[in-house]
Amino acid sequence: MQRNVLEYLEQAAGKNPDKIIFGDVKEELSSREFMNLAKRAGTALAGKLHGQRRKPVAVLCDRTIRPLIAFFGAVYSGNFYVPIDRQMPLGRVCAMLETLDPAAILGQRQDEKILWQLTEWEKKYFLEDLLETPQDEELLDEIRREALDTDPLYAIFTSGSTGVPKGVLVSHRSVIDLADQFQEEFGFTQECIFGNQAPFDFDVSVKDIYSALKSGAVMYVIPKTMFSFPVKLIDYMNEKKITSVIWAVSAMRILENLDVLSQKKPLWLKHIMFSGEAMPVRVLNYWRKHLPDPMYVNLYGPTEITCNCTFYKVEEAFQEGDLLPIGKPFKNTGVLLLDGDRPVTEPGALGEICVRGSCLALGYYNNRERTEEAFCQNPLNISYPEKIYRTGDLGRYDEAGRLVFVSRKDHQIKHQGHRIELGEIEAAASSLAVLEACVCVYDRGREVICLFYQARNPCDKEILRELGKKLPRYMLPGRLEYMRQLPLNKNGKIDRTELAKKI
Amino acid sequence: MREELMKILNELRPEVDFEKEKALIDDGVLDSFDIVALVGDLNDTFDVNINIEDLLPENFNSADAMIELITKLQGEE
Repeated sequence: MQRNVLEYLEQAAGKNPDKIIFGDVKEELSSREFMNLAKRAGTALAGKLHGQRRKPVAVLCDRTIRPLIAFFGAVYSGNFYVPIDRQMPLGRVCAMLETLDPAAILGQRQDEKILWQLTEWEKKYFLEDLLETPQDEELLDEIRREALDTDPLYAIFTSGSTGVPKGVLVSHRSVIDLADQFQEEFGFTQECIFGNQAPFDFDVSVKDIYSALKSGAVMYVIPKTMFSFPVKLIDYMNEKKITSVIWAVSAMRILENLDVLSQKKPLWLKHIMFSGEAMPVRVLNYWRKHLPDPMYVNLYGPTEITCNCTFYKVEEAFQEGDLLPIGKPFKNTGVLLLDGDRPVTEPGALGEICVRGSCLALGYYNNRERTEEAFCQNPLNISYPEKIYRTGDLGRYDEAGRLVFVSRKDHQIKHQGHRIELGEIEAAASSLAVLEACVCVYDRGREVICLFYQARNPCDKEILRELGKKLPRYMLPGRLEYMRQLPLNKNGKIDRTELAKKI
Repeated sequence: MREELMKILNELRPEVDFEKEKALIDDGVLDSFDIVALVGDLNDTFDVNINIEDLLPENFNSADAMIELITKLQGEE
């Protein structure tokens, strides 16, 4: 039985040692080259950390494949990696490091200034230096013999509604489970070429890395600036013959906003998978119109259950204003709809989406209180310990028995005596052609529904007129706020916390 | 034209000094979301049609480069 993700790398290097495994605009590495570099880094780290195991190794990340060597080096050393974006404000980096208390911080020569500013931590190393150490197979074998599949593989920080970042700690077992389910469900093979859009500190990228490794496929890192300059993006995708993309919804929205696909098309795509926020039907329809052949998959799930717990392969046509289903659970993943501690049994009724299975994260690192709140005993099981994760998302089953995401639990309000999902107002508003994006926030003090919207020009009246045709009177926003650009958080999602502050 | 452009840029990113910055793209000051918003605004305000062939880093690195692009596109129409 597989216990460790390093087995993927070793199998790839055993089968096809000279086949490229990871690449970026500057560099390509074969599986054997990559493995040997990771083993060098791992040997060096193990020496510097004097036998410490299962401790965090923070890695400053850019958009190249170099951080991946550091990740796998950390794993070879018997520890786990924590990706940190090198462009993140220093204050936030420090907040994360304080939570982590890392055994080591790894950067590259380009990060010298950042590392130097992190004065509170001593064990800071350049990857370039670690790679000077020859690999010690005996030492690495010994570390591996002690490894368990329940040991942590990585921690990824999520923003958290309170503003304090939480480090979600994920085990080897959860990632092995994810890679198994993805390969089986979507038919990834060694012919696949993944185009990685998501930064490494965003868990969408976990699917690229481990799908590529498990299938013996290739993953190319796409530089961030290419999404501003889509000719380069499409040229790059065609040059590398990218077949499979697992992107954030926001990245797909950019190509729709700039109307790229009517002018230039990626030619090799077979899999188009997306997650991160609800996919607007308008954007999906645009993509399907210009690229009808690839498989489109809506993926759903929070970082705490290892990327995704449900998926929906898009088959039929959707009209603007429809909610795209999030589908059904992956194999070996259980999804329950709960109303508090009771199961939701009425057809079509709303419940909180709760998840059980090997996909559950180990918890929030060094944060027992928040861990116990979110990862709790399955209330439907009183006979033995069994954890579920409460996502805080509300969903229901549609007539076809598919799960549909409706809104965040904290977006449900009571207004003028009516129970209202702000997500429903957003869905109706999003279907209006004049709106580029929108978010609804409830002003509890004044009892007013506020709609923040992004469009070319202010158009309050037009929005209200159109919404009046779709929504009951009590659901119409009482205040509209025009913004040329809605604020985004660092993962490219609309920043609701920031907007709520404007109330 | 310059005045109108500056107004658009300052509304988009009030914290950036667009008179000084000469590497808006290369230094990562403007990201893809900014570019999407900016292209829409420039098309509307200056009655041009920036298509994806014009979307190159060198056309957006500075306010001057953007003026040059707009002038070129207006001349073509």
